[in-house]
Amino acid sequence: MGRNRRHLITLTFLAAMVATLVVAPAAMADLFTPESGGSSNADRISTLYLLTFLVGVVVFIGVEGTLIYALIKFRARKGAVAAQIHGNTRLEIGWTVGAAVVLVVLAVITFAMLPGIRDPSNSAPGAAAALASPVAAVGEKRVPPDGKALNIEVNGQQYLWRYTYPDGDDNNLNNPFSYEEMVVPVGTTVTLDIRSQDVVHSWWIPELGGKMDAVPGYTNYAWFRIDKPGVFHGQCAELCGNGHANMIAKVRAVSPEEYREWIAEKSASIQAADEAAAASRERLAQDPNATP
Amino acid sequence: MAADSPSLKPVPQVVAHSVRRERSGIVDWLTTTDHKKIGILYLVTTFVFFVLGGVEALLIRMQLGTAQNTLLTPETFNQLFTMHGTTMVFLFVVPIMAGFGNYFVPLMIGARDMAFPRLNALSYWLLLAGGLVFYGSVFFDPPAMGWTSYTPLSDEAFMPSAGVDAWIFLVHLTGLSSLVGAVNFYATIANMRAPGMGWGRLPLFVWTILVYAILLILALPVIAGAVTLLLTDRHFGTNFYDPANGGSPLLWQHLFWFFGHPEVYIMVLPGFGIISEVLPVFARKPIFGYKAIAASTVVIAFLGLLVWAHHMFTSPSPTVVLVFFMMSSFLIAIPTGVKIFNWLATLWRGTIEFKTPLIFAAGFLSQFVVGGITGIIVAIFPVDWQLHDTYFVVAHFHYVLMGGAVFAVFAGIYYWFPKITGRMLNEGLGKLSFALMYIGFNVTFLIQHTIGMDGMPRRVYEYPDVGNLVLYNRISTVGSFILGLGVLVTIINVARSVKRGPVAGPDPWKGNTLEWYTESPPPTVNFDVVPRVRSVEPMKDIRREIERNTGVPVAEAAPAPESLVRG
Repeated sequence: MGRNRRHLITLTFLAAMVATLVVAPAAMADLFTPESGGSSNADRISTLYLLTFLVGVVVFIGVEGTLIYALIKFRARKGAVAAQIHGNTRLEIGWTVGAAVVLVVLAVITFAMLPGIRDPSNSAPGAAAALASPVAAVGEKRVPPDGKALNIEVNGQQYLWRYTYPDGDDNNLNNPFSYEEMVVPVGTTVTLDIRSQDVVHSWWIPELGGKMDAVPGYTNYAWFRIDKPGVFHGQCAELCGNGHANMIAKVRAVSPEEYREWIAEKSASIQAADEAAAASRERLAQDPNATP
Repeated sequence: MAADSPSLKPVPQVVAHSVRRERSGIVDWLTTTDHKKIGILYLVTTFVFFVLGGVEALLIRMQLGTAQNTLLTPETFNQLFTMHGTTMVFLFVVPIMAGFGNYFVPLMIGARDMAFPRLNALSYWLLLAGGLVFYGSVFFDPPAMGWTSYTPLSDEAFMPSAGVDAWIFLVHLTGLSSLVGAVNFYATIANMRAPGMGWGRLPLFVWTILVYAILLILALPVIAGAVTLLLTDRHFGTNFYDPANGGSPLLWQHLFWFFGHPEVYIMVLPGFGIISEVLPVFARKPIFGYKAIAASTVVIAFLGLLVWAHHMFTSPSPTVVLVFFMMSSFLIAIPTGVKIFNWLATLWRGTIEFKTPLIFAAGFLSQFVVGGITGIIVAIFPVDWQLHDTYFVVAHFHYVLMGGAVFAVFAGIYYWFPKITGRMLNEGLGKLSFALMYIGFNVTFLIQHTIGMDGMPRRVYEYPDVGNLVLYNRISTVGSFILGLGVLVTIINVARSVKRGPVAGPDPWKGNTLEWYTESPPPTVNFDVVPRVRSVEPMKDIRREIERNTGVPVAEAAPAPESLVRG
């Protein structure tokens, strides 16, 4: 009786395994992989996840299959006698080495894919590349092979994200900035300097790659390159207080021309506000009772 | 003694000057130094905290049952998950293992009591004090910074709440409790084993308690120091964690996780020990690869001290650090895998009796594997950049701690309840409880992997109604109530059986270890005679000897002729 049933069970498990491997990728978008589609680093993380997941599925089916098989096949029955086995050195060395080999394979895959995830790529040629300017690789900061990117400062504060954009000069006080929504040009590699001014936050736009903590006193780095216009949503991923759930972030990718216009508009409005403030300071200096 | 030694007359070993009246009722429980009574105090107290932590979890799930829910304020929500995490770690899983250890280590090694009975009582009362100090904060201002208590959020500037201080005192008091308990376990196991019980015959549960004790001794002083620095930062003007004054928030993270990761193994290793006791008894088969299982416990503990920064893959850290902690985390999978394979091989070709402890142990195996696999996934740091601090991680560690450690605790409860009370738990209710818990657990937590990958961070009191987030969260919430119901069935089972369950007798399961040699419940002295131990399974030897002497077969599987008997 044993042989036929054993065959049947083996076949069932094989079928289940094949079915999982075939059906899974189809239903994968939402259920089975991290978000991706905004930037190549997010796509590569998703691929790396998928590879690991498939190895995990094989291990899962192997272990759960053996467990279920053993529980059914070796349940206590009349006349059944338990084999008094204490161990089997060869078998034990075998599965120890087996586990190690699987891990070595996973490590090799990870190291092969790491540079594509961690290191920024070059901007797309043309208008997008024109918006990138040389950035220095300081500390752990990685820069594209051509050394040029659009470097934006991300500053976390309870419970807002503030972005400061480069304006080409050395004075950081008059740079264009925005809150909550970051506007970037498509095709340009964007590098981020992530900092915090109060508690620990974590910068995360799932479709644009992994999260990086904003730790006060430290600078953390991330990058992305968006190739199609669109809006990407995210939020703070490290508990930062009562408003943590509402500390949202958005990245809007627009064409390089629109980006230039938007920056010009921001700069103009900042300049206008500065001038208005200067004027009102002057008024107040002449007459302390004047309406500011 | 010196005066007596030349005498050849037998000298009485024990001299009683007076007979103390037995203390009754409450006074007895308050003053006891008996390891069994202290064990019961531990088990009952920690289970009460488990129920409290469970209610907090259900409130959290209720809030998340729908997007933009207004049931709880963000502040209450943050307080609830802080209480939940802290309770489950410091007041349930770690101390309930000490409860089992207290009750069963002396019995399993054939000792009369723990090495230091009064220290043992102190360790219980410190635990209770820690729990009360912490839960006292419910009446003023509970902490709301998460059980990880990251600075600067937990500094006075951002969280003046005295709840944070209550949390610090909880860590101090329960830490002290665990430390004196650990020293006690170590001394007991090292010195008080039955004759013949060498290290190679130590029951596997006792091995795990020994390693648990060593890990506690290594890890707890670090967190005790870290929270003391936090306390002085908060109230006495120091700046250890304040970046504005030369301190570092990352210092806290390193110190916390240097304790926090060994803590995971502190919670789960004794669970492994329970599984290693339960499986061979109900498969009627010796444990497969005793030495490998004992050795892998030690290796896991050692490696467990070297993986802490895998909790900090998204912090500002050099790549070489990330690579080191990824590889060390990978390494841990090898001894863990060895254990899983050995457990499977223990079931293989056994005659498995489907009693509740075995079913919970099988449930443990099937769920812990999932936690192990997702553990490898989050150990790959580029992947962790996406998964860190999301519901994926929440699912991962619940598969390890709830699906793993807590299911092992339930296996232990069903396995040892007859020894503790002398009465059997109801099998039907036990199986019902398992079915509800198993279904409830997987419905709650399997979908949380997806919730995390869809971009929902942990510790948020509300979320936008995008994609299938509401559906998935609702599934999870429904599951949590099924899980809660399953736990309730076990509570009812215990309440019913403690007085009225069928009488168990000394050895209802035909166990392998010495606790089954004595009566149920064991007398104060534990054993009248401690037998000489000749193998890992002394009770099997004893039953065989009885069979040989009386010719009456004790229900016991005989060795199969074709088996590979080696020891």
